[in-house]
Amino acid sequence: MSALPHSAAAPPVYGLVLAGGRSSRMQRDKAALSYGGVSQLERAMALLTPLVTRAYVSVRREQRSDPLRDRFEQIIDVEEGVGPVAGLLAAQASHPDVAWLVLACDLPLLDAATLTHLLRARAPTRTATAYRSGHDHLPEPLCAIYEPRSRAALAAYVASGKDCPRKFLLSADTELLDQPVAGALDNVNTPEEYERVMAALQRPVPAELRHVTVQYYALLREQAGRREESLTTAARTPHELYAELSARYPFSLTPQVLRVAINTEFRDWSTPLAEGDRVVFIPPVAGG
Amino acid sequence: MSRPAPNVGVFHFSRAALDAEALRRALTDPSCGGYAAFEGWVRDHNEGQRVRHLEYEAFEALAVREGERIIAEAVARFGIAHALCAHRVGDLAVGELAVWVGVSAAHRDEAFSACRYIIDQVKHRLPIWKKEHYVSGDSGWVNCERCGSAHGSEAGSRHVGGS
Repeated sequence: MSALPHSAAAPPVYGLVLAGGRSSRMQRDKAALSYGGVSQLERAMALLTPLVTRAYVSVRREQRSDPLRDRFEQIIDVEEGVGPVAGLLAAQASHPDVAWLVLACDLPLLDAATLTHLLRARAPTRTATAYRSGHDHLPEPLCAIYEPRSRAALAAYVASGKDCPRKFLLSADTELLDQPVAGALDNVNTPEEYERVMAALQRPVPAELRHVTVQYYALLREQAGRREESLTTAARTPHELYAELSARYPFSLTPQVLRVAINTEFRDWSTPLAEGDRVVFIPPVAGG
Repeated sequence: MSRPAPNVGVFHFSRAALDAEALRRALTDPSCGGYAAFEGWVRDHNEGQRVRHLEYEAFEALAVREGERIIAEAVARFGIAHALCAHRVGDLAVGELAVWVGVSAAHRDEAFSACRYIIDQVKHRLPIWKKEHYVSGDSGWVNCERCGSAHGSEAGSRHVGGS
């Protein structure tokens, strides 16, 4: 559960949530679909933002001032008519030296564990890192990391008249991973699929977000570079929250040597987090 | 049972130097025939390194609660009359008083036992951290830098009897 192995040579990872689609099969804006009162786009950004250096939303030019989209940093499509690849091309053009974690915004079952595993298992020396589909074992292109080296290959691929990101990953040097959470990448394209996922979410499974405040002390304060922060998280327990924060900060202490306090009382690592909780991870003590 | 000193609880943190004499006075009681105290001082060395100064940091809200619990436990367990504990936070120089525990009781046995109990539990349970700044220019959070070491256990007992 320690920090991700950022080798000195690996470029940083920026995040991109694709919200420029036309949602033609859904017949309404997929980014605005709400699950548990939180729109798809907000949910995807909340999952992604803590895990990457910077996070953007990919939009078409005419969507720039849409109220749902204009609260986030945007990257505007340049190419027309090439589907989701347009967002990645524009992102790579704006920041060519970083890796891009590209995320569709129609993944209501996506969870932090799936993203964290993708980042941990990332192969920065290859062209891309992606999950195998749970259905046909082909690469899932819209929850994947594209290294800087993929830019030239992708541009050539599009120039040759092709725009299918899945086939691009098949043709490229792609690291393929098994999904740690089955079904996490099932997407929602039609009203029927939306109904099915809504029904699945009625079960007490994942997907709910909460606002928590984390206070840092001693070594953790130094490693986080802050005393306190408020965040929106999908983490359900302090254990999941620490895993999320470990992906972000170079924490050297493992949960085995830490204790947890919630709202000024010692608690278990598996205590369910509630809205508004104040969480403190307690390094080994040395009073007296 | 336990009587706080004026304006402070039975456990408190201080940014300023501790006044051991004032703390002792707060424990006097005509029914008590015994008094024991422990003072933890900043030592000039630890584990082969020469220490220049120390920095204490605490999660004070939780540490005060837990400190009050420890003192209530000591009162219940040993039947003492009063106990107080004060702990410094911030920068401390070598030789400074870092932690003070005092107990007054009818007899010396329970005063000694309760005093020992309180300092041991304070070291073991309270969210207080110590950063040592060494003469070499190095620094490190005690018990954190080579962490394999589990909470408390060895760490809690190794330094008892000196800070």
